Amino acid sequence: MRPLHPVSPGLRTVLGISFFVLFIAFWAWITLGGHVNRIFLADPLSMLRDGWRLLVEDRFWLDILITIWRVFGGFVLASVVAVPIGIAMGAWKPVEAFLEPFVSFARYLPASAFIPLLILWAGIGELEKLLVIFVGSVFQIILIVAVKVGSTRRDLVEAAYTLGSTNNGIVRRVIMPANAPEIAETLRLVLGWAWTYVIVAELIGSSSGIGYMIINSQSRLATGQIIFGIIVIGLIGLLSDFAFKAFNRWLFPWSLA
Amino acid sequence: MSKLLIEGVSRTFAGVRGGQPVKALMPVDLAVAANDFITILGPSGCGKSTLLRIVAGLEAPSEGRVLLDGKAVTRPGPDRGMVFQSYTLFPWLTVAENIAFGLRERGMAQKERDGIVASYVDLVGLKGFENHWPKQLSGGMQQRTAIARALANDPEILLLDEPFGALDNQTRGLMQELLLGIWERRKKTVLFVTHDIEEAIFMASRVIVMTARPGRIKSDVAIDLPHPRHYTLKTSPEFSGLKARLTEDIRVEAMRTTQVQPAEA
Repeated sequence: MRPLHPVSPGLRTVLGISFFVLFIAFWAWITLGGHVNRIFLADPLSMLRDGWRLLVEDRFWLDILITIWRVFGGFVLASVVAVPIGIAMGAWKPVEAFLEPFVSFARYLPASAFIPLLILWAGIGELEKLLVIFVGSVFQIILIVAVKVGSTRRDLVEAAYTLGSTNNGIVRRVIMPANAPEIAETLRLVLGWAWTYVIVAELIGSSSGIGYMIINSQSRLATGQIIFGIIVIGLIGLLSDFAFKAFNRWLFPWSLA
Repeated sequence: MSKLLIEGVSRTFAGVRGGQPVKALMPVDLAVAANDFITILGPSGCGKSTLLRIVAGLEAPSEGRVLLDGKAVTRPGPDRGMVFQSYTLFPWLTVAENIAFGLRERGMAQKERDGIVASYVDLVGLKGFENHWPKQLSGGMQQRTAIARALANDPEILLLDEPFGALDNQTRGLMQELLLGIWERRKKTVLFVTHDIEEAIFMASRVIVMTARPGRIKSDVAIDLPHPRHYTLKTSPEFSGLKARLTEDIRVEAMRTTQVQPAEA
């Protein structure tokens, strides 16, 4: 095979789907073929049956909705705080010098380790779930946005100055629009991570949500339900990623033109 | 009175890691009359771009000062429009919005802006491309937009830093005629930096030749070729004579840099 040679769209689709087929076939073979104990791993068919029962009888769709709300709530909260701070850090070097060391340190604090503290502070209600996602996302967004903004093309800034821009005008009408698509891409990336935090938050001290259903199913050895829950998370993540991408494309046609 | 006065402007860059400071530009004196088209010609790295950036206010001189209409230059401003060698159109704005940028920064009303923008779109021949993004334009069209953007602000002086340096030969020739045509009709004080000898002669009413680094002015040649100039001028005997003379001037400087560099390495 020639390195870096592009693949045709048709073949790309076929190859992409065939991995899923192989994967499920392997799963079916080891479970239905009796190669692993059913207690540890459900087969694909009982997974689907369990999933259907969850949705219809146990109103699992309510858990799905509540998890989605938590992810987006925490994520929006983090974005609203982090994006302006990131822009300020990237644009004004004293602000960066002031905040960067702390944010770099805070970025490595694992959000999941905060859960016991957050439960103490905010209880086990919705606020605590949102805060876990907030803590997990906010420092990441700040840092990435600051780096992107800091690497704004200097020649564009200089051009704007020679056209009469003030310092304020540079930030608002050069730095911000120039980096908007990259910032949106950053948010899309971090939204993916927020899905991880929400499940962790729901595994501990929760009575609703996809994570709660998963931990609940573990005690009943309902591996079919657990796998169904994981697949649902994957599908929603994929969907929101697609939607986010499409939204960015619609918002910033100039960056793709 | 001169439009632009450069008085003893020099630039020294601090040494890297405790090394010797680098002198990029020896003290330069230059007086530019109103509506003159001056080209600054020099070998690569002679400090000609540095000089232009100092006039623009994007860099501060180590010594000396720049006066525009008698006022000292301390920072960049809309009275000194600039066209860069790199493509510096704002990629998130359309051609028309790019041209309107300076006017908008000034707070001009949309209606007034539209009229000015339309006239400059016309001037650089970009009718029909007003709503294109910069990415959809060729290099030549991008630089035409950049010229229109600088001119729409009606600056006192237009500074161009090798604006056609990245373009292919044919496009460059056409761009030279376009810019010269605009200058012939609208009269503007222009400072144009280039390392292309033909370009320097063809465009200028005066060519300033600079020495190799550290740059200083080597010669100041008036170009008395008649206007309007047509590309066929480039093959006339007068043009060839000027070219021969400047080629000799520049060659000596270019040789000095190539001889110095291996010794440093």
